[in-house]
Amino acid sequence: MAATGPRTLFDKIWAHHVVETLPDGTALLYIDRHLVHEVTSPQAFEGLRAAGRRVRRPDATIAVVDHNIATDESRRTGITDPESRLQVETLEKNVAEFGVPYIPLLDDRQGIVHVIGPELGLSLPGMTIVCGDSHTSTHGALGALAFGIGTSEVEHVLATQTLLQKPAKNMRVRVERTLALGCTAKDIVLAIIGKIGTAGGTGHVIEYAGEAIRALDMAGRMTVCNMSIEAGARAGMVAPDETTFAYVKGRPHAPKGEAWERALAYWRSLPSDPGAPFDKEVVLDAAAIAPMVTWGTSPEDVLPITGTVPDPAEAPDEARRAQLQRMLDYMGLTPGQKLTDLKVDVVFIGSCTNSRIEDIRAAAAIARGRKVAEGVRAMVVPGSGLVKKQAEAEGLDRILKEAGFEWREAGCSMCLGMNPDKLTPGQRCASTSNRNFEGRQGPGGRTHLLSPAMAAAAALAGHLADVRDWQPAAGSAA
Amino acid sequence: MKPFTTLTGIAAPLPKANVDTDQIIPARFLKTIARTGLGRHLFANFRYREDGSENPDFVLNQEPYRRAEILIAFENFGCGSSREHAPWALLDFGIRCVIAPDFADIFHNNCFKNGILPVKLPREICAQLMEDAKLGANARITVDLECQVVVRPNGEEIPFEVDPFRRHCLLNGLDDIGQTLQHKAAIDSYEARQRAAQPWLFGP
Repeated sequence: MAATGPRTLFDKIWAHHVVETLPDGTALLYIDRHLVHEVTSPQAFEGLRAAGRRVRRPDATIAVVDHNIATDESRRTGITDPESRLQVETLEKNVAEFGVPYIPLLDDRQGIVHVIGPELGLSLPGMTIVCGDSHTSTHGALGALAFGIGTSEVEHVLATQTLLQKPAKNMRVRVERTLALGCTAKDIVLAIIGKIGTAGGTGHVIEYAGEAIRALDMAGRMTVCNMSIEAGARAGMVAPDETTFAYVKGRPHAPKGEAWERALAYWRSLPSDPGAPFDKEVVLDAAAIAPMVTWGTSPEDVLPITGTVPDPAEAPDEARRAQLQRMLDYMGLTPGQKLTDLKVDVVFIGSCTNSRIEDIRAAAAIARGRKVAEGVRAMVVPGSGLVKKQAEAEGLDRILKEAGFEWREAGCSMCLGMNPDKLTPGQRCASTSNRNFEGRQGPGGRTHLLSPAMAAAAALAGHLADVRDWQPAAGSAA
Repeated sequence: MKPFTTLTGIAAPLPKANVDTDQIIPARFLKTIARTGLGRHLFANFRYREDGSENPDFVLNQEPYRRAEILIAFENFGCGSSREHAPWALLDFGIRCVIAPDFADIFHNNCFKNGILPVKLPREICAQLMEDAKLGANARITVDLECQVVVRPNGEEIPFEVDPFRRHCLLNGLDDIGQTLQHKAAIDSYEARQRAAQPWLFGP
């Protein structure tokens, strides 16, 4: 990191938050916002209790339940799974005991922690934001330094409002020119991961830049930053600009009046200085990106939808050949198969990657006036209660339900296989989530990652499909 | 936290890259409010068959690796979810050291908070250590944090790098929070400055 001279967005936010630097270069970094959920916090609160410590800044902390809750009507009558219930009740007991603000399950503002942070104005440009969840990188879309931490660090932040951190290296990913029809932020980030690999960003914070990133709306930027962790990066960021400020303005927890003007002046100083040094730089041409879909069990195993299943015989070495063969066996694929020939059993539109109103609009635009293919279970899970209400106000729920999609309550749902929404062994799923790991969506489940529009097209076709062949029906203005 | 100084034990070879934390412990086992007892769920999707019985093909179900204290794998170990349940499950099973060419950042961090030492060694050396490990119970590997060496069963010493601050904490079993609270005055004054400069970051 440059000590003098032009600095990056990351350098500036980092320097602003260093409370103290220890002799070996470890920084004590101040944390502005701490998001807490039910799965990675119980042991942290237990640690505080055992040591007789309190939460240093409850006002900087917010708790919500999202991971292990049901996304159907059953949530209104109580959580049926005893372990899930205990975890939620434990969070409720902890937030009451330690005075942490909490959004309960049946509150309209409840939702996926990485959807509600930006939505409520709890996540702001220039902040340091952490959460016991790797997809905290999402909030970097606002021009914040946001990263996931483990439970020991959750406890550390609760007790001290700081973390012990070594500075990351700077990496810039520039996506130049404009996206073609049918391509979205999800296709950009899948293309990036395909190019740099799942460890391509390890030890780095990625700043996304270039014309195609600037052209994205905030939901799109969140999708890109969200999957930074799938490229191994500590965090992803986009410099704040007029798109950011227009998004933040007027949100419930955003600064108002004179504070807004002061905040804005500060936020405008954050973008990387011209000539700021990056340790690593990658450039992609947005115009060359096609709608993408993963075929394997790592997010880097991704191809344009027009592609075919790779042949292990063509692998460069024995280790890769064995790895490819294992993936093909797990995914139930044969070399040379066209991706568009893969029949799907389930379609999942949701998760912290793609469950915002813009994502639901994109899915509804494709689904309008059409029907989900016979035998396909298609579900849409809004990222928050507020997204759900907004979608209903726009009539998107009606379009989706008429097409045969399930319209569900907010939560992490089928992204991670720890609540009732799971794949059964062998089921193939077109999913807008972020991880296609073995067993991620349920033991034996087969995940193909893609964009919301591509997922909607797969639901209608009954197999993975090229969304460019499924553009909105004539006369629809959705 | 239990200090880590020197460990001599059985090493289990897991010749895979990108071992993600969903593999180390699937999400369905995260519904716990405790840190302990997760060892039985370690690598659950590989260790157990659909009917719940043990899969004899998986290394940790074989002798002597049921008693492994060291795990050797390939690149990008611990990628994916930030769940600290992954190191908790390793620790509860009895593994106190993971050797791999490199690690995902969050998992790497989480190990040090739990008295687990992640050792980075080049792929060729990991492959060699896996061959050593295949010799079973007679092939004990030593990991010496004080001297920063891995000792092969034939006595060859392989040096490794480790962050000095983390090494110090691990050798002494130091609790991070206790150390940070020694800087309370600095945190207080940072906070007071920020409250004046950027009041929108502070709630009512």
